[in-house]
Amino acid sequence: MSAASNTARANILGRLKAAPGRPGPDLAPWTPPTYTDKLVRFRQMAEANHAEIHDVTAETWPARLATILNNRGVGRLMVAPGTPRGDALLRAAAQGVPLPTLVPYDQPVEVLKDALVHRVDAGLTGTRGAIAETGTLILWPTAEEPRLLSLLPPLHIAVLEEDTLHDTLAAVVRDQGWAAGMPTNALLISGPSKTSDIEQTLAYGVHGPKELIILLIRKGE
Amino acid sequence: MAADGGMHAEHGPRFAERAPDALNNPQLRRNFRRAMDGLMAKRAAQFPDPAYWAELRERGAAVKARALAKLPDLLERLESRLTANGVQVHWAETTEEANAIVLGILQQAGARTVIKGKSMVSEEMHLNAHLERHGIEAVESDLGEYIIQLAGETPSHIVMPCIHKNKDEISDLFAEKIPGLERTGDVDELTAAARRVLRERFANADAGISGVNFAVAETGTLVLIENEGNGRLSTTLPPLHIAVTGIEKVVEYLDDIPPLLALLPRSATGQPITTYVNMISGPRKAGEKDGPTAVHLVLLDAGRSRVYQDVELADTLRCIRCAACMNHCPVYTRVGGHTYNAIYPGPIGKILTPQLQGLDAAGDQPHASTLCNACAEVCPVKIPIPDLLVRLRREAVRPTETPATHLPPLYSTVVKDGGAERSWTESLVWAGWRLVYTRPLLYRMVTRALAWGGNWVPADAPLMRDWTKARAKPRFKPRTLHDLARERGYLNEVPK
Repeated sequence: MSAASNTARANILGRLKAAPGRPGPDLAPWTPPTYTDKLVRFRQMAEANHAEIHDVTAETWPARLATILNNRGVGRLMVAPGTPRGDALLRAAAQGVPLPTLVPYDQPVEVLKDALVHRVDAGLTGTRGAIAETGTLILWPTAEEPRLLSLLPPLHIAVLEEDTLHDTLAAVVRDQGWAAGMPTNALLISGPSKTSDIEQTLAYGVHGPKELIILLIRKGE
Repeated sequence: MAADGGMHAEHGPRFAERAPDALNNPQLRRNFRRAMDGLMAKRAAQFPDPAYWAELRERGAAVKARALAKLPDLLERLESRLTANGVQVHWAETTEEANAIVLGILQQAGARTVIKGKSMVSEEMHLNAHLERHGIEAVESDLGEYIIQLAGETPSHIVMPCIHKNKDEISDLFAEKIPGLERTGDVDELTAAARRVLRERFANADAGISGVNFAVAETGTLVLIENEGNGRLSTTLPPLHIAVTGIEKVVEYLDDIPPLLALLPRSATGQPITTYVNMISGPRKAGEKDGPTAVHLVLLDAGRSRVYQDVELADTLRCIRCAACMNHCPVYTRVGGHTYNAIYPGPIGKILTPQLQGLDAAGDQPHASTLCNACAEVCPVKIPIPDLLVRLRREAVRPTETPATHLPPLYSTVVKDGGAERSWTESLVWAGWRLVYTRPLLYRMVTRALAWGGNWVPADAPLMRDWTKARAKPRFKPRTLHDLARERGYLNEVPK
C-alpha cells in the first residue's frame, strides 16, 4: 500500500470512527423457505432458468452424454482430468463409448487460452450440489477443475447428484459451514449466460455458455 | 463515455432545465415506459407473499444497518482478511485518488488493455476517460455498457444502462461501429456480434476491472452478481483483476449474503437469482490453472464517510443498487436517467448525489420528486427515501451545523454545501406568508386586496415570476373563501 493510500486509510477510518455511534439492530427473524420435494422445485426453477435436465444413472451417464452430444454434433468436449467426472469420461472413452474428442484442461490457461476461447464446443464439470429454491448449481472450482471450464465453452454440462440438493443458499452456507473456509472462487450458476439489455428481450450466450445441460444422477439408481 | 465523458459530466444544466427535452421526446418516453412497466410487473411477481416480503426486507435492512453501525471495524476486518487471502487492498478518499491507484497498478503491470465488468463506482470515477488519457484502453463488456460506450453516452439506469435505446437505434449503432456487420433487427444477431467482438477483447486483455456487490468481512470475499458471464470473464481470464468499490458495500458475515441475494435480483430485474453469483476470495493459488495471479481491491470513500456522520442521512448508505426505486418512480419513468445529469439517477440518486457532490452542485435534485413514497415501498433495505428528500430540501436552505461536541470538527455543515439553495427572495416570501397567516385582520385585508386586484398583477411581476415560470397564475375569485363560508353559515369552530 502506497503512502497516499495509507493517508487515505487513516483519514477515512478516522472520520468513520469520529462519527456519532449508532446501535446495530438485532437481526430480524427470517425463515428461508423449505420444500417437501426439493427435486420438483429444483427442476421447475432450473428449467425456468433455461437449463436442460437429463435424468441419468451413476453408471451409464457417460453413454447417455455421448448420445446427447452426438445428436448435437458436438466435436470437442473439454474435461478436467483428476476429477471424478473428468476421469469417468476419459475411462468411458478408452472403453469405446463414442464420446466427442476429449480435450483435457491440464495446463494453465496461458497455455490453453486459444483452445478455450475458440476451439472447444463444450465443457464438463461436476457440482458441489444445488439449490432447490432458485434452480442453482453450486461449483467450487479447484486446481483440477478450473474456473473457466464452466464459462468459456459455448455448452456447459454439469453433473449433479440428486442427494446433494439443498433447500436454499442460506441453508447450505450454514449447514456446510462455508464461512470456515471459502475457496479462491465459489460459483452459483443458474442457467446459461443471458442478457436482456436490448429492449428487455432475452438472448442467451452473450458471453458465457449459450446452453446449460444438467446430468442429474438420480438417488439409488 | 470514454469519448465525451470529461471529469465533471454531472455539472451543467439542472434537472428542471433538462426535463422538458425528455418529456417532449416521444421515442424516449416510449422506451422508458415499456421498460419500466415490464420491470415493475416482473418484480411484483417475485414477491407474491406480502408477509414473506416484509420479513425478508426487514432482514436485509437489518443486515445492512448492522454493518453500517460497525463500518470502521468491518472495513479493518475486511482488509485484514483480504490481505491474508492474498488480495491487495488500497484506500482512496477521492475519485482522483482511486483513479491514480488503478492507473498505478496497471502501469506497474505494464497493462495496455483492460476489459471491464459493469461498475457504477468506476462510472463515478470516470475511470475509462482517465485511463484513456494515459494510453490505456478500457473496453466495457456488459452488453448495455458496451452499447453506450460505442455511442459515447453515459448509463441512463444503474442496472440496465442502455434502457433509453431501442433495438433500431442499437442496430444502427452496431452497423456503424462494428466492421463487417450488416444492419439487423434481430436481438440474437446483435448479441452474437457483441459476443464475437468482445471475446477477442477478453482473450487479449492485460487486466480486468470490476465492481463489487457485497464484500464479506468475515471471510474476505468479494461477491459479484451478473447474468452475462462478462463479470466472471473480467475477473478470471486476464492475469490481473482490480475491483473498485464504495466503502459502504461491506457486510459482516457470509450468512448475511443469502437474504441480500434473495432481495437484490428480485428487486432489480424480477429474477429469483442472477445467472452467476461469483464469490472471489483471493488470487490464483499455486497449482490452480486459471484466475488472475494478482487481485486488488480499491476502497473508495468519495464523500461516503461524510454521509456517515449523520445518523439519519447514513441510511442512504444501506443501498444495494437494485434500481427498484427508479423503476417505480413516476418522475424517473417519464424523464429517464440522463435528465438527472448524475451518475446515480432516480430516487436513490436524488438523495445520494447531493450528499456526495454537495448541495451547491445538486441541491435541486431532492425537488425532482412528488414524494409519492413508491420508492420507499419497494426499497429492499427500507431506505426512507422521501424522508431523506425532505431532509435534504431543508439542509439546502437551513443547514444543520456540525455539532460542537463532535471532535475533531470535520465540516461546518452536516451536508456538503449546506444552505446553498438559500435565497433572500424565498425567505422573504415565507416571512411574509407567516406574518399574514398568523394575523387574522391582516389575512382578511390581504385576501380582500387580492380578490379585488389580484388578477391585475402581471404573471411576470417580481416574486410572481418564480412561481409562474412553470405554472399558470391562479385566477382570483371576487369573493374570498371566508366570505363564502360565512354566507353559507359555517360556524367558526376554533375552540374558545
